Amino acid sequence: MPALSTIVTRMGDAATVEMTRDELHRDIIEGSAAAAAKGKVPVLEEREVEYLLEMFSCPSRIWGVERGHEAILTKDGSTLTLCSSRLSSGVAAPLGREAAVRLFETAFAFDTMEVGHTDYSVKPAKFLASLEQEHMELLQHITILPLFYGFMPNLGLYYRPDGPYPNPSDLLPMGKIAEARASQEEALEACREDIVWLSRKMIDAAADGINYDTVASTGDADFLAALQACEEITSTTDLPVEIGMAAEMVLGFHGELEYDGVRLAGLWPHQQLKLVEKAGASIFGPVVNTNTRKSCAWNLSRAVTFVKAVTAEANIPIHPNVGLGVGGVPMFEVVPADMVSRASAAMIEIGRADGL
Amino acid sequence: MGGIKTAGDLVARMQLKKMRLPEAKRYVADKLGTSILDLSDSTIMRTLREDLDIGVVTAVPGIAKGLEAKARIAKLLDIKINSVERLKEKVGDLLQ
Repeated sequence: MPALSTIVTRMGDAATVEMTRDELHRDIIEGSAAAAAKGKVPVLEEREVEYLLEMFSCPSRIWGVERGHEAILTKDGSTLTLCSSRLSSGVAAPLGREAAVRLFETAFAFDTMEVGHTDYSVKPAKFLASLEQEHMELLQHITILPLFYGFMPNLGLYYRPDGPYPNPSDLLPMGKIAEARASQEEALEACREDIVWLSRKMIDAAADGINYDTVASTGDADFLAALQACEEITSTTDLPVEIGMAAEMVLGFHGELEYDGVRLAGLWPHQQLKLVEKAGASIFGPVVNTNTRKSCAWNLSRAVTFVKAVTAEANIPIHPNVGLGVGGVPMFEVVPADMVSRASAAMIEIGRADGL
Repeated sequence: MGGIKTAGDLVARMQLKKMRLPEAKRYVADKLGTSILDLSDSTIMRTLREDLDIGVVTAVPGIAKGLEAKARIAKLLDIKINSVERLKEKVGDLLQ
C-alpha cells in the first residue's frame, strides 16, 4: 500500500509538522468546533472549511487575499519592531522614532502608524507626556497616514510593588476577596484617570486617534478602566479610539464588575464587541489565543470562527490581532511568514475582517 | 492595503469614522472618481495621487508633503483632520 502524501505545515509553537490532508481536515473541523463550544457561536460553513483546507494544503510559502479584498492595517507597539529589543520582536535599529515612523509609512507602506512610549504602558508614559506630545506634533507635520498614539492600560503596574495599591495576586491566595476587589476598584479609577489624561494630551498634539491596546491584560478591572475612558473621550471629543484586546476571554480577577449592566468577567470576543461599541470606539481588535500544542490549522480555524462571529454583529471596523501567539499565528519570537500570511488572508476572506 | 503607496491611508481615515471596509472603500472610490479595485492598485494610485497632489510614496520634489497633503486629503474626502484643523488655528489668519 503506497504511503499517503503529507503536507508540511506547523504547530502552534511554529515547529514544522507533516500532516495528511485528512488530518488537516480533521483539525480544521475540530478547531472550529472548539470555538463554537466555548463562545456559543456558529461553526464554519463547508465552503469555509474547504478554503482553509486548500490553503493549508498548498505548498506555496506565501498566501494572500484575492485582489480587491485588501484590508487596512493598524498596529500596536508603535515603532518597537524597529527600535526595541526581542521583548517586542524588535531589532534595536539605530533609528529615532521620527525616522522609524517615516520608514513604516514609505518603505513598508503601512496604512496607519502609531507613536508610543518604549514601555507602552500608560503609567510610565504619562510622566513623559510632553516628550510624547512633541514626537506626535513633529510627526504630524511630516507624515500623511493616520497617526495614532498607542498605549496599554496595564492595570498591573498600579499594584504593589510597582504601584500604590495592594496587589490582588497577594490578597486572593489569602482568601481576602473583598480586599482584593476593593483594591482593583481603586486602581481602575486611577488607571482610567491616567488614560483620559494622556488621551487628551494627544488630542492637543493633533493625534488622529488613540489606540488602547492589550486591553484587559489584568482582567475585568483593566477592561472596565479602558471602556470608561473610551466613553469619556469619544463622548466629549471628536477623537477616534481603537480598542485592541489582550486575550480571547476577559479574566475575572474581580468577578463582579459590570459595564452597561453586563458582567465583564468571562466575556468572549463577540460579547466584548457590544460593550466596545457602546463605549464609542471606532475600531475593535479581538484576540484569539494560540494553543501551542495544536496545529496551526486547528488554531486558525478556531480563530476565524470567533472573528466571523464578531464581524457578523459589528457596526464598526474589526481588526483582529494577527501576531505572535494570537489569531492563528504561532507563539514564537520570529513568526514564520507562511503562517502569518495564511492567518492574515483567512481573517479577511473567512473572518470578514475590515483590517488586521 | 498599501498605505500611501495605494489608497490605504484614505480608506483608513474613513474607518476612523466607523465605516466598515466595503463602505469605506466605496466612499473613497467615489471621492477619487475611481473604482474600488483601483484603490489597492499601486500602479494606478501612484499616478492618481500625483494628479490629485495628495502625496506619493516615492520622493518627488514639488508634490505635497506631510501636512500639505493632509490638508488636500481633508478637502478631497470632506473630513476634518486633527492636525489640519490645528494648522488652521495657528496660521489660518495669515493665509486669508
